[in-house]
Amino acid sequence: MENNITSTCDTCSHFNAEGLKKLGVNIDNFDFVIALAGNPNTGKSTVFNSLTGLRQHTGNWPGKTVTRAEGAFEYDSKKYKLVDLPGTYSLLSTSQDEEVARNFILFGKPDVTVIIVDASRLERNLNLVLQILEITDKAVLCLNLMDEAKRNNIKIDERSLARDLGIPVVATSARFNEGIPDLIQTISEVASGKIICKPHRLINVPENILKSVNKLSTEILKQFPKIPNSRWIAFRLLEGDSRIINALKAGEIV
Amino acid sequence: MRSKSIDNIIALTNDLRWQIGDDFHDQLAEGIYADASYIAQNSVISGDDKKHFRLDSKIDKIVTSKTWGFPIMFLILGVILWLTIEGANYPSSMLANILLDNLHPWFKDLASSIGMPWWLDGFLIDGVYLAIAWVIAVMLPPMAIFFPLFTLLEDFGYLPRVAFNLDYLFKKSGAHGKQALTMSMGFGCNAAGVVATRIIDSPRERLIAIITNNFSLCNGRWPTQILIATIFIGAVVPDSLSGIASLSAVLGIAVLGIFFMFLVSWGLSRTMLKGEVSTFNLELPPYRPPRFWKTIYTSLIDRTLIVLWRAIIFAAPAGAVIWLISNIFIGNESIASWTINSLDGFGFLLGLNGVILLAYIVAIPANEIVIPTILMLTVLVTGITGGEGAGVMFELDSASETSNILRAGGWTLLTAINVMLFSLLHNPCSTTIYTIYKETKSVKWTVVASILPIIMGFVITFLVAQVWRILS
Repeated sequence: MENNITSTCDTCSHFNAEGLKKLGVNIDNFDFVIALAGNPNTGKSTVFNSLTGLRQHTGNWPGKTVTRAEGAFEYDSKKYKLVDLPGTYSLLSTSQDEEVARNFILFGKPDVTVIIVDASRLERNLNLVLQILEITDKAVLCLNLMDEAKRNNIKIDERSLARDLGIPVVATSARFNEGIPDLIQTISEVASGKIICKPHRLINVPENILKSVNKLSTEILKQFPKIPNSRWIAFRLLEGDSRIINALKAGEIV
Repeated sequence: MRSKSIDNIIALTNDLRWQIGDDFHDQLAEGIYADASYIAQNSVISGDDKKHFRLDSKIDKIVTSKTWGFPIMFLILGVILWLTIEGANYPSSMLANILLDNLHPWFKDLASSIGMPWWLDGFLIDGVYLAIAWVIAVMLPPMAIFFPLFTLLEDFGYLPRVAFNLDYLFKKSGAHGKQALTMSMGFGCNAAGVVATRIIDSPRERLIAIITNNFSLCNGRWPTQILIATIFIGAVVPDSLSGIASLSAVLGIAVLGIFFMFLVSWGLSRTMLKGEVSTFNLELPPYRPPRFWKTIYTSLIDRTLIVLWRAIIFAAPAGAVIWLISNIFIGNESIASWTINSLDGFGFLLGLNGVILLAYIVAIPANEIVIPTILMLTVLVTGITGGEGAGVMFELDSASETSNILRAGGWTLLTAINVMLFSLLHNPCSTTIYTIYKETKSVKWTVVASILPIIMGFVITFLVAQVWRILS
């Protein structure tokens, strides 16, 4: 598969362009699993295509990807399996496409979850980001559609965003292949543990709810010491999510 | 031990749920929004210049307006169809020339020079090869024009606006507004449209969308509509208007399909699939100038070639079946002519004929091969010369020759109109039926989705035929 990276990152010493191989659908013997999540119509499939060299059909309408697509790339002799999830606004509802996304992040236990957001609509997109960060520790924020944000004269302070969210932030314009090398490098560093994330956990939760959640979460941790996202499980249990109760019973979460 | 500890957790959950009250979900959502807004305020530096948004909303004001929304929609569909109809002619006849006029005789010569027995030669070259060649010649050019144009529109961001325009009608008919998107996908391929219904949350509304997707004229049926409209509808008006007349006829059938889609959705949501219309958010994404060449390339690879490949896979065995039923004799009659004779009476009631009905049975795997099957069978029954002989699928070079054959087979304007209607209203192709089963996991709904349109087809063509015969 060809290697046509056109940005300046190509020549930057930070990024090892020679080490990148787009593997298309050859997903055998991967070292890491990477999930691509995000709101509908933020360019997930475009990012997916530019990482894998595949040509997953893209389109400018929300809800285009309804099943998960898989592909792979190799970077610095590590193989990454990439899963393109359907776009969702939240993980709290139960439509089929949202469930595909939620189940994969929760039960598929990806090594890194890349959350793709529309830079021009950051605040609305953060709704999903914050929910995902309750589930997983290893995440990268991909601030996509930077070209449009620039046209709309929107500037984003990536460093303070990264500090607030506790995960690395990479600005990209996937349609023009800009920022993709940086994204690959960051994914590899989070996957290998070189970057340790300290994801933001919800602050503005009313006192009584927080108390209940903490109580329940401690109880869950007592029974399942290895569970990584006891707080989120507690949120879901209080919500009465039967899928989570069943998963807990079946031992799928631990 | 494990189950006991989980029981503990669940018991604790139930206790706590009493304490926090039932506005938990809302409070949690509010908490998330508060965090999001705080973080966004910290890092978004400026967004005061709204020039681009203004341009987007100006376009939206026009394309989603009450006055202009629908005319613009039909205009765009009309232009795409016109470009497809006009543009596909030349490459189609070129491909037909290569594959049918040159390669086919060459294969025949080759077969006889190596001494292939007549039945194997007939089965492989006149059956399988010709079916494939016909599908390529007829389908590839329109698809190679229609799909990229459609994809450009999609990339630009027009589809959600269509959904927005139609939302009111969907709501009225008890269906989900996102059905507009799956309906649009159906105009390319019904199987793809059925898969796309996964974006609809409510199972009730999703079933409605699945069952009615067949009313979107799919890619395999456009060529039939276009050919019949050109031959028969275009011929009843003066030459200078024939292009417009046939275009309007095809557009009319497509719009009629949309009308039936609403009608059946309405009927289902009041009988078998009663329920409330669910609300949903539809985001109108910003308009994005499509990356022209990239779009053309990916739509060729992703859509055109994949759909074409499917058609070929199905056309090959169908071609073989046609050849077999025309060449296996029971007594003095081939299976084909025997079936045609017994279907003729029923066909007459519907303003069709036995040939057309048999063609639709043979073509269940792929709608694309309806016309060549009809032509071949007509030649068989009427015994006129002009084609390649019994059981050989062929296409005649000009529309007028095709027209001569069909008229010799007893076709009138009524037959043509009813074929166009029946092409819109009949069972989905086998791929779509299988996809419906995979998506619904229900035999009942698969049967409903397959039988309902064909019953409607029988009723509508019957009524049209009776009224026509009384009036003329």
